[in-house]
Amino acid sequence: MPDPAIDTAEIDEIIQAHLHLEGPLLPILHALQDAFGCVPAAAHVPVAEALNITRAELHGVLSFYHDFRAAPAGRHVLKICRAEACQSVGGTALAEATLARLGLDWHGTTTNGAVTVEPVYCLGLCACAPAVMLGDRVVGRVDAARMDSLLAEAGA
Amino acid sequence: MKIFVPMDSAAKAVGADEVVAALRAAAPDAEIVRTGSRGMVWLEPLVEVEISGVRHGYGPATPEDAAAILDGTSAKALGPVEDLDWMKRQTRLTFARVGVIDPLSLQDYEAHGGLAGLRRALGMTGQEIVDEVKASGLRGRGGAGFPTGIKWQTVHDAPCDPGARKYVVCNADEGDSGTFADRMVMEGDPFTLIEGMVIAGLGVGAEQGYVYLRSEYPDAIKVMRRAVEIARASGVLGRDVLGSGRAFDMEIRVGAGAYVCGEETSLLNSLEGQRGVVRAKPPLPALEGFLGRPTVVNNVISLATVPVIFEKGAQAYADFGLGRSRGTVTLQIAGNVARGGLFETAFGITLDEVVNDLGGGSASGHPVKAVQVGGPLGAYLPVSKFDARLGYEELDAEGGLLGHAGLVVFDDSADMLGMARFAMEFCAIESCGKCTPCRIGAVRGVETIDRIAAGDLDAAPLLADLCETMKEGSLCALGGFTPLPVMSALTHFPGDFARVREAAE
Ligand SMILES: Cc1cc2nc3c(=O)[nH]c(=O)nc-3n(C[C@H](O)[C@H](O)[C@H](O)COP(=O)(O)O)c2cc1C
Ligand code: SF4
Ligand code: FES
Repeated sequence: MPDPAIDTAEIDEIIQAHLHLEGPLLPILHALQDAFGCVPAAAHVPVAEALNITRAELHGVLSFYHDFRAAPAGRHVLKICRAEACQSVGGTALAEATLARLGLDWHGTTTNGAVTVEPVYCLGLCACAPAVMLGDRVVGRVDAARMDSLLAEAGA
Repeated sequence: MKIFVPMDSAAKAVGADEVVAALRAAAPDAEIVRTGSRGMVWLEPLVEVEISGVRHGYGPATPEDAAAILDGTSAKALGPVEDLDWMKRQTRLTFARVGVIDPLSLQDYEAHGGLAGLRRALGMTGQEIVDEVKASGLRGRGGAGFPTGIKWQTVHDAPCDPGARKYVVCNADEGDSGTFADRMVMEGDPFTLIEGMVIAGLGVGAEQGYVYLRSEYPDAIKVMRRAVEIARASGVLGRDVLGSGRAFDMEIRVGAGAYVCGEETSLLNSLEGQRGVVRAKPPLPALEGFLGRPTVVNNVISLATVPVIFEKGAQAYADFGLGRSRGTVTLQIAGNVARGGLFETAFGITLDEVVNDLGGGSASGHPVKAVQVGGPLGAYLPVSKFDARLGYEELDAEGGLLGHAGLVVFDDSADMLGMARFAMEFCAIESCGKCTPCRIGAVRGVETIDRIAAGDLDAAPLLADLCETMKEGSLCALGGFTPLPVMSALTHFPGDFARVREAAE
């Protein structure tokens, strides 16, 4: 079903703006996701046609990368690091407690649409772990209290 | 009054922006310069106040400390930053400017030795540039340790169709847990990476560069993009590099959350807009890389080290180090450690000195149990191996892997069976899917470790067999090296794999 919020002219504009690049597909997909919160289905045909690739190829690319979404996430995306350095200082327990508190599994979104929780494997904050990212904002040395205030701020 | 506060994401993650806001409110007339991080992450946010030309440190600072820092009465005073043990014991070559300068000031950059290497390289032929890198002994810092000069030679010599181009691609995917040196350079001294890429371009005859930067690093992306714009506007990049008539330009490209895209051929596929599946080698990327053309692929630290080699001379760099590991290693000390951060030193330092002396042991105060060196594909080394010296061959001889030189410390609460399981789980999640031993083997690995956890005595030899198959039958190091953390955990910490059985007996 076409989403009325998706402006096909904007999709075309985004595609056109990147066609001069060498290897334009990832930049186009990122730009689409920045604009729409996901790579909308309405963009599949125009992207495939502009780059002269099949829709199957496009699907292959979209499904390969963890970043690209088919539908928008919640208003905030909370990425919790699951990697080794964060595990060494209690990251696993922090992640489990957060998911349990929100009643979510990884990739889930709170019922009020405020927060989507995603796993991430290292944020480069391994010397001030456990680390999370709320939107583009990095947070280190996260404990239960810090997590509570982040969730409150995000409206979860 | 001049104050310096890092804008490095580790500093921001522990409140640097809030500290800056408090300092601004308390001292509206003070000049506050945002810098990279000195690498003493346990002291972040580290505020530095310049007093008669000497920078005095205060940290870890909170907004409440602002007033006392400004009037010099703060209990968090550390004295002159350059005199701190952590700083004095380093040999900062690649990181010389990180934490010192405003990362986006080209004037600051030049005033601290920046562009001297490029100016020298502009007077050299491509072959002379390649020879200089060879003489420095620089080896790739991305993990494999391949001699950078030899790689450049291959690209330099590669035939190129008329009208076709060669490329310099910087691998800034830094997916290894426990590593952040690439991020710190990009956020703290981006021009050094740009300068290194231009020199690489001059050396091999490439006029276009790409930085493939992971999407998990939004701050580094912003700084690098801005730095490229500034470099272009100032003639460091473009058709006429520093008025030499030589051309080089570059672009920042953003990854999309796939660990395997740090593998160089997967990265090139991703850059081309394809699935990040690993390519079989040969052909080498040096001959058929980006868009099938000759391409240098180097790690951020490898490229960011090139300017200092040209500034100080290859021999000056090669004079540091141990055996075949020349120059400095940018250690990233992380995890459950009292003093974590970045420490640049000549190769050859022991694990013990890094973990117990520099790092101060665990953060929890409990005994250290293990250190994982070299990221998720690196071995877990027990305390009995702490005499090992950090060099490519030296660590290999101990069954370890230096990799990107990240060290993650674990205390005695670590469950090594759980860590082995995680290594398999990670491999299963991140496998590019090309080889069965990696794609399916890793899933079986998780199941087998679960059987061991449930007390199944027969499962341990199965796990060893499976690891052997993955090692032999994988195209790249994701499937090929995942057995390293798994088997090192099993070998060095058998007790963690026997606990349930013992409880049942
Ligand atoms: C699964 C996998 C992940 C890798 N990730 C990275 C990475 O994040 N950064 C990096 O520089 N090299 C990474 N490498 C190594 C690259 O394939 C390649 O060796 C390196 O970029 C070459 O640059 P260097 O010679 O300067 O080290 C990875 C390799 C594998 C197998
Ligand atoms: S080992 Fe794994 S990640 Fe590497 S090429 Fe094979 S399937 Fe892909
Ligand atoms: S391991 Fe979590 S930030 Fe690096």
